[in-house]
Amino acid sequence: MIAQPRELESNLLSHAQTHPHPLPNPLLVLDDVHTHIGDYHILHGMNLRVPRGELTMLLGRNGAGKTTTLRTIMGLWQASAGRITFAGDDITAFTTTQIARRSIAYVPETMGIFSDLTVKENMLLAATQAKRASDMDNTRLKWIYALFPAVEKFWNYPAGKLSGGQKQMLAVARAIVEPRELLIIDEPSKGLAPAIIDNMIDAFAALKTQGVTILLVEQNINFAKRLGDTVAVMDNGRMLHAGTMQTFADNAELQHTLLGLSL
Amino acid sequence: MIKRLLSNDFPRSRVLVVLLLVILLALAFAPFIAPGVKALSVAAKILVFIVLVASFDLLLGYTGVVSFAHTMFFGIGAYGVAIASTRWGESGQSVLLGVALSLSLSFILALLVGLFSLRVRAIFFAMITLAVASAFQTLASQLSDFTGGEDGLSFKSPEWLSPSHSFLEAPIFGVPADGRLLCYYLLFFSALLLLLALLRIVNSPFGRVLQAIRENEFRAEAIGYRVVVYRTLSSVLSALFATLAGVMLALWLRYNGPDTSLSFEIMLDVLLIVVIGGMGTMYGAVIGAVLFIVAQSYLQDLLRIASEAASGLPWLAALLSPDRWLLWLGVMFVLSVYYFPAGIVGYLRARVAAKRGTIKVPTSATTK
Amino acid sequence: MKPSNAGMHVGIDFDWKPLLLVPALALLALPLVGSPSTWLTLTAAGLAMGMIIFIIASGLTLVFGLMDVLNFGHGIFIATGAFVATSVLGFMGDWTGSQELWRNLLAVLAAMVVAMLVASAVAVAFERVLVRPVYGQHLKQILITMGGMIIGEELIKVIWGPQQIALSLPEALRGAVLLGDAAIEKFRLVAMVVGIAVFATLAWTLSRTKIGLLIRAGVENGEMVESLGYRIRRLFVGVFVAGSALAGLGGVMWGLYQQNVTPQMGAQVNVLIFIVIIIGGLGSTGGALIGALMVGLMANYTGFLAPKVALFSNIALMVAVLLWRPRGVYPVANR
Repeated sequence: MIAQPRELESNLLSHAQTHPHPLPNPLLVLDDVHTHIGDYHILHGMNLRVPRGELTMLLGRNGAGKTTTLRTIMGLWQASAGRITFAGDDITAFTTTQIARRSIAYVPETMGIFSDLTVKENMLLAATQAKRASDMDNTRLKWIYALFPAVEKFWNYPAGKLSGGQKQMLAVARAIVEPRELLIIDEPSKGLAPAIIDNMIDAFAALKTQGVTILLVEQNINFAKRLGDTVAVMDNGRMLHAGTMQTFADNAELQHTLLGLSL
Repeated sequence: MIKRLLSNDFPRSRVLVVLLLVILLALAFAPFIAPGVKALSVAAKILVFIVLVASFDLLLGYTGVVSFAHTMFFGIGAYGVAIASTRWGESGQSVLLGVALSLSLSFILALLVGLFSLRVRAIFFAMITLAVASAFQTLASQLSDFTGGEDGLSFKSPEWLSPSHSFLEAPIFGVPADGRLLCYYLLFFSALLLLLALLRIVNSPFGRVLQAIRENEFRAEAIGYRVVVYRTLSSVLSALFATLAGVMLALWLRYNGPDTSLSFEIMLDVLLIVVIGGMGTMYGAVIGAVLFIVAQSYLQDLLRIASEAASGLPWLAALLSPDRWLLWLGVMFVLSVYYFPAGIVGYLRARVAAKRGTIKVPTSATTK
Repeated sequence: MKPSNAGMHVGIDFDWKPLLLVPALALLALPLVGSPSTWLTLTAAGLAMGMIIFIIASGLTLVFGLMDVLNFGHGIFIATGAFVATSVLGFMGDWTGSQELWRNLLAVLAAMVVAMLVASAVAVAFERVLVRPVYGQHLKQILITMGGMIIGEELIKVIWGPQQIALSLPEALRGAVLLGDAAIEKFRLVAMVVGIAVFATLAWTLSRTKIGLLIRAGVENGEMVESLGYRIRRLFVGVFVAGSALAGLGGVMWGLYQQNVTPQMGAQVNVLIFIVIIIGGLGSTGGALIGALMVGLMANYTGFLAPKVALFSNIALMVAVLLWRPRGVYPVANR
């Protein structure tokens, strides 16, 4: 007999609370984080553990609060309660600029491309260590060109002229133009052709081998199957289930109830 | 009956009601309470500005349109009367003719301005109106044959409004029953009528649509209201009322010149009053006008005293000099934009609502 | 209408049509003026005035286009710069009275530098006290910055007195250079040089330096710039101060051009500046240059041909341009 969604939810909640998942070495920790936007209470005590060097997927249906979680981490929205810890430091009250400077790169759902600037200028801005274009790491750029050909092809074009998918490529390329400790990415595969999605997956796999930690919000199943190490499922502004991807992938019933789909 | 008179737009604050009543009575009986040329002039100026600022509030507070061309219409009304009286003799008929002509001119110009405002964005529009008003002022001082140039036009008011005309032998409560008295009451009742008319307009379905447009133009258009039409109508109405205020001014002063009605200082004064009083409230125009004009007239005296007291410190004395009253007004203005964003009326109303628990903090009458 | 990078990005598809407006206007005036030498004098005067107006307007358009801040009080920096110049040049009387050009130029340079410093200081206070609390609220910005200008104007009257002060040109900069029959005043040449220098610096900064990139990106998406790790607030204050310093510089030049300064000059020049940046497109430096040159030329041509319609002619110009391009000749992409 399949438990009713509400029942399951509260069962999971209480399970998660009494059995905090023993994930190794978390880089980023959210502890009972609440976020209010105006009068709306979006995050109701969100908990999240992002282990170092792994790819954590944040799943949930539309409106669950995934984007809000990411924005709260980045300080774009101030948490009204709770704690956010990064590499042991409390960053809850940090400004966005301070958070970004802790070597965290963010790719928002809206991509954040500067249409008036060329692709090259967009990349240069993201390369905070570089004073001019020639300072950017050439080897790394070549690697990016191989993954996202559009970036090389339209290097001197105003970014606003790129198609949606190409802008998406640029957005991710920007996040990886310089090494970062944590990448926070919101739905990067939207509008991308399958071949490019494969490239993106390869990129993330390569980054993982370099020790980069990734927090990813994605609907695309392939990401989960091929890259996901840890999974966190949320709904209504709180965490429902957190655990290894393996556990999640093996439990069809769990997937079905939480997301209405099977991996 | 009061409900219908005020078009269901009550002051909604006991303090406000008291203030308004006091002002109403003071203005109604001004000739008797404070006899003397200066006091009556102050009262008349208040009446004129109430209408002028209320008409500006219609545009700014209710429709959300920033236009610096308002004084242009004020000037048109004043010049209409002045020119008509100068050219066609000083009679009631020529005044009426002048009024009719100014209203027509204002109508056309406001129509053009209103339609133009939709081709360009709000910020552009504000700057353009600034330029246009400036040009109009220059024009008025340059067409000296027509407008009397820099010196302006002096004229006599119609017979029955002039001080020499006594309609009663004996004085009423010590005040001579002459044309000046009549003129004052003409202004008083006009102001009352025009203000009530404006209240009626802003509380009508038309007024509600204006506010909807102010809050969210896109949505208003999406629901089906043609923003062009409403904005233009609001612009025209606002201009017409301002023109009538100009008429009132000219009739009282029996003079008009570029500085009397077209100067940028007046535009700033109107802006200050509407902000201090409270945008989008109509009553704000009343409270603000009284406060501002009384301050303007008597602040200088106050500063003179303060300046003399500070004569030991020359820099302080210079700052407090009565010539620098605009400085302190400016400071008050900036402070009120910060601390009373909804103006005095808004603040009073918010306090009442807060006590009742309906809203949390004083909100601004406009969102931007 | 293709968006262009503040008219700065001369690259793939540069929009060259508006560049023709200035020579077109000049050529249009030639038959009306009649004599070529008079035309040359007027054109030189117009271009010089245009350059000065550009210096002032560039600051305002940068501040608005890039920070979305409407500074209706921009005129106060103009007036401050001009009045400071009277004090500095008055102080350096022996240098300005000297016949040696280099002494004169240095005196003017000193005046410009001090004016810019004072204007910057005032701008820091202005931004902190008046502008910062109302970021994002256009109506309040208009009101508060106007209030700031009133206060500033009165303070100038307190410090320097309420009457106008004469500001005469240094000795060696008086008089004109003769080109055939046309007489071009020396100071106007100086103004043109300064204006070109300012434009070149701005253009180079915006398109070739990282700060310029940051400014252009910040206009579009301040949040994203912060997410990349840059302190955008500091940047904005910097731009505001730089823009105000430029206004101060422009004030010095304007005062020398008119040979006197009044406390109301800020408000008076304000109207012209608004016309210029509306023509140019809010946020566009290139557009401001075109607008300023056109306004300068127009003012001089009509001053000669039909003085009474001078201000109106500029408004007519503005309306004509807006009918062609409702957002100005080079509107910044998404405002």
